[in-house]
Order: sequence, then structure tokens, then C-alpha cells
Amino acid sequence: MTPLLATLVPTRLVHLAPVDVVIVVFYFALVLSIGWYLKGRANTGEDFFMAGREMTAWVAGLSFLSANLGALELMGWAGSAYQYGILATHWYWIGAIPAMLFLALVMMPFYYISKTHSVPGYLKLRFGEPSRALSAVSFAFMTVLMSGVNMFAMAKVMQIVLGWDINFSIWVSSLTVAIYVMLGGLRSAIFNEVLQFFLIWAGALLIPILGLYEAGGWTNLKLQIAQRASEQYVHLWSGLGSFTANPMGIHWTGIVFGLGSIISMGYWTTDFLVVQRILAAKDIRSAEMAPIIGAGFKMMVPFIVILPGLLGLAVLPMKLVPESVAKVTGGYSYNDVLPLMLARYCGPGLLGLGVTALIAGFMSGMAGNVSAFTTVWTYDIYRPFINSKGSDHHYVNMGRWTTIIGVLISVGTAYLVMQFASIMDYVQALFSFFIAPLFGTVVLGMLWRRATGPGGFWGLLCGTLSSVSMWTWVKLDPSALRYVALSPHAKGLAQDMYQALWSFIVCVVVTVVVSLATKPMPDSELTGLVYGLTEVPSVGDVPLYQKPLFWAAVITVVFIVLNIIFW
Amino acid sequence: MISIWFFIGISLAVNGALILAAGIYQLVNPPVNPGVVLFHLHANVWWGAVLLVFGLIYCFKFAPKRQS
Repeated sequence: MTPLLATLVPTRLVHLAPVDVVIVVFYFALVLSIGWYLKGRANTGEDFFMAGREMTAWVAGLSFLSANLGALELMGWAGSAYQYGILATHWYWIGAIPAMLFLALVMMPFYYISKTHSVPGYLKLRFGEPSRALSAVSFAFMTVLMSGVNMFAMAKVMQIVLGWDINFSIWVSSLTVAIYVMLGGLRSAIFNEVLQFFLIWAGALLIPILGLYEAGGWTNLKLQIAQRASEQYVHLWSGLGSFTANPMGIHWTGIVFGLGSIISMGYWTTDFLVVQRILAAKDIRSAEMAPIIGAGFKMMVPFIVILPGLLGLAVLPMKLVPESVAKVTGGYSYNDVLPLMLARYCGPGLLGLGVTALIAGFMSGMAGNVSAFTTVWTYDIYRPFINSKGSDHHYVNMGRWTTIIGVLISVGTAYLVMQFASIMDYVQALFSFFIAPLFGTVVLGMLWRRATGPGGFWGLLCGTLSSVSMWTWVKLDPSALRYVALSPHAKGLAQDMYQALWSFIVCVVVTVVVSLATKPMPDSELTGLVYGLTEVPSVGDVPLYQKPLFWAAVITVVFIVLNIIFW
Repeated sequence: MISIWFFIGISLAVNGALILAAGIYQLVNPPVNPGVVLFHLHANVWWGAVLLVFGLIYCFKFAPKRQS
């Protein structure tokens, strides 16, 4: 056996047939071909970093969603559905849809009109250089570390599911992403993300279809879950009246005000990883429609993520356990539910497509991280602070090199995590520190003209520090969770919700107080950046069915109806 | 420029053809131990066919010559 084939010997959950291997290899060949084809169309800064700002609403919208639809998210939330039931759907519905619509209708016009290259770039225009520096450095640093953490986690999954060698998974996937992003820039990343979106659906859609067939439909599935777990596993809201009445140990205030109002708003409206896809839209209508299209598909994602987890509760013969228990007992963990369901229903060919969907999910997330890191490094750190006199060609070359270097740092992080597993928890926690305060800073900047540069900077800094402080407090004294999350029964996810809420409030209060104590900015500096001083361009004289507002209303109605159906 | 939808068509068509072929092979030569639940539904036959048809439609509709 050759060394290459030796790395592909399946040892655990699924066994690939030759046709499955052909499908996986074809996927790698296709994404590299797309990168190669697009390399001639990434010669200017606008082309390389912003995809020429010529994406249609559909391409930008699907890419926007795909950058978030990582394999770890698919497997992790399927596992959460097995563990907590349908409550996990909140992260796809109230934890995403209102924020996406808010981005489309309220925030996107300001991002788009300002012609910024990035979210830190908007902060520079609105609050000045210190705010940009703080958010750019923290974003670049965390993005590249997160990419490495995800890379290691995915390689670990591939080892468990397919028996692949960790080094093989890390290097093949990271080099593939590095090559196609370096060649074609953001356009290549976006094209591949749209392709990956289709593959994820094509590979994952059969599981709920066949699962519902086996379970005897939704009504029978609910009965089986009630018998094997609890009736609360299939209710979205009815058990959220108290911390102890639902499997997650969370209260509805945490879901509505922590997740729905702060965390999701912070992630979907200010995380440059996803916002960058929308900034590449060809016009204001496309920029507004893209998040709405993304929201429409986001509402359907629970069908391929949450439902397989619920089906696992009903049809899998074995009981899944937490990761820590599975390691000791040798059993299957919650996170194995999606691969187990894949292996249950998918024969030769379909299995290859399912595995390709997982790999595609991972690579789309990584390409998103890398392309966002490249843009922020080049435009928000290198150009303003290191070399402000370079030519456009120079910055494109810097972008290409940064792509490679960013991937190598991610690989280095992956190996670091391999040696010191606890780093993973710290990096994931660090990332959450910046999201909620950043949302506070950006949204005040867009909606309140009195907010000043010092106010924005100090609000962002204090909000971030308060988040770090709360996390450290609970880490040192776990009983402090009763104060941070308002209940001694609260669990880890509840801590995230309330930590985000408090850090957002700190950010807003500090921004308001400092702004009122400092000199107002002249209106001339705020034109095009703030509500009330900006003429938002019309989406044009288009029929009703092409208006973003109309589709936002449709999505809102469907969102409300779905929540009532699964109440 | 070649449309992104053309690349998606190629991907769906090739994957669909491979899955359909694997499904037909299993239909003609049923394995003693299929290894999957609901094998009798032959999901790889009809799912492969669905992907192939959609892929071909995308390839035809967004073919570079038609687009230009």
C-alpha cells in the first residue's frame, strides 16, 4: 500500500467505496480549476479584495450564508439537537433571521454608500483611526486563530469519521484553499462558496427525507422522541419560562435579548467574514437582497442540521453521550450523530457526496476566514500603519502573500492546538469577546449622529474588556455564573448569551457618556455614514416582487409562522 | 466569463452520474449485506438521477456559448 493510500484507510464510522473517493477527488479538482480559471480576473485591488463589486444578489446571498455554513457547525448543531432537542433551532431562526433582515434594511445602505472595503474601514470613516486599529488587529488576530482551531477540529473529525491521518487532512484542505483564494481572490472564494452551498444541500438533504420516512413522519417522530427523551425536546418556546423546564437550562430572556438581540446582531451585521460577501454586491438592491436571500435559506438549514439530530434520538439503536464520556467508554458522542445518520442511509456514491458536503462546509468556512483576514490585513493594518504609499499592484501582491501566510499561521495554530487542547477553548472564547461590543459601536455609529470618535473607541474597548472580565470571573469561580447568567441553574450557552448582553450594554453606556462629554463631530464629516445625514439611494423603479422590503416582509411572516407551529 | 451556475451544473451532473451509476450497479448486483437502512428504496438511483437532471439543465442553460 502506498503512503497516500495508507492515510485513507477508513477505521471508524464510515467506509468509503471507490466511487466515493472519486467524488471527493473530483470536488478538489473542480475547486482548484475554478481558482485557476479566475486567476486572470484578480489583477486590481477591487477585483482581488472585493470581487470587482459585481456579484448578483443570489451569488452574494448564497456566499454570505455558505461562509457561515461550516462543517463543524453542521455536525455541532446536529449534535446539539440530539442533546437539547429542537431548542437548537433558535440559533438558526431568532438567532439569525432578524439580524439578517436588520443588516439588509438598516445597516447595509451605510456600508454600501461609504464604499468601505471592510467593517474596520467603516469604523475608520466614522470614529477615526484608533477604533479601526482596535477592531482590525483583534479581528485579524482572531480570524486566523479561529481558522486554525477549525482546521484542527475538522481534521480530527475526518480522523474519527473516515480514519484519515490528521496531517493529511490539514495540509490537503489548507493548501487547496490557499491556492484557489491566492489565485482568484474574493471572487474565487465566493464562486467556491456558492458551489459548496449546493454540495452541502445535495449531500445532506437525503438524511432528513429518508429519516422521516423511517420514523413514519413528523407526528410519529415527536411521539418517539417523547418516549425516548422528553416531550420538551420538540418545543421551541413552551419550556423557556424557567431555567429548569427545558433541556438547555436557559430562559427566554437569554434567547430573545442575548441571542436574538445581541449575539446574532453582532455576528451577522459586523463580522467581516460574512459582511464582506455582501460588500461585493453589484448595486444597492443586490446588497439589500443578498442578506434576505441568505435569511430565506437560513430558515431551511434546520431541515438538514437539526432534524437529523432529532431523528437520531428516535431511530439510532445506540445512545449517544457527551464527548468526555465517549472518550472513556469508547461509545459515540453527540457530535457523531450526523456521520452516523449519513452512514445509516447513504450507500456508495451518496456517502461520497455526504463526505464531500462536510469537506466543502469546512473549506467554505476557511476560505471565508482567509479572504477576510487578507483584506483586513492589507487595507486596515498594512496600508495605514506600515506602507501607505504602495501601488494598487503592490497591495494585490500583498494580498496574495497574506493569503499564503494566513493559511500557514492557521496550520501552525492547528498544530499548537494538537499539542495543547485547552487552547481551543480559549481561542473560541476570545472570539466571542469582540462580537457584542463591536455591534454596539457600529450600530451607534450608524444610527446616532452625536456619537464621537473617542466615544466609539472607549465604548468598544470597555465593552470588550468587560466581556473578558466576566469570562475570567466565571473561569476562576464557576459559582459566579449565577450572577453573570442570573441563575445558578444556567449552563454554558446561557453564560454566552448574558455575557454578550452585559458587554453590549457596557459598550453603549460608555459610548454615550464619553460622546456627550466630548466635542460633537461636524455634520460634514458624517455625511454618508450616519442615519439622518445620509440620503439612502433608492433600489430603483422595480416591481413589488423585486423590492427588498417586500421579501423581508415575506421572510418575517414565514419566520413568525414557523415559530408558532413549533412553539 | 463562465457563469458560476455552469460550474455548479458540472458538479451536480458529474456527481449525479457517478451516484446513479453506483446505484444501478447495486440494483443489478444486489449486495448480500447492503450495510444501509432502507436499501430497498435505492436512494442512490433516484437521488443520482435528480442531481444529474438538474446538473444537465444548469450546464445547458448557463453554457458559455449560450451566455456569450
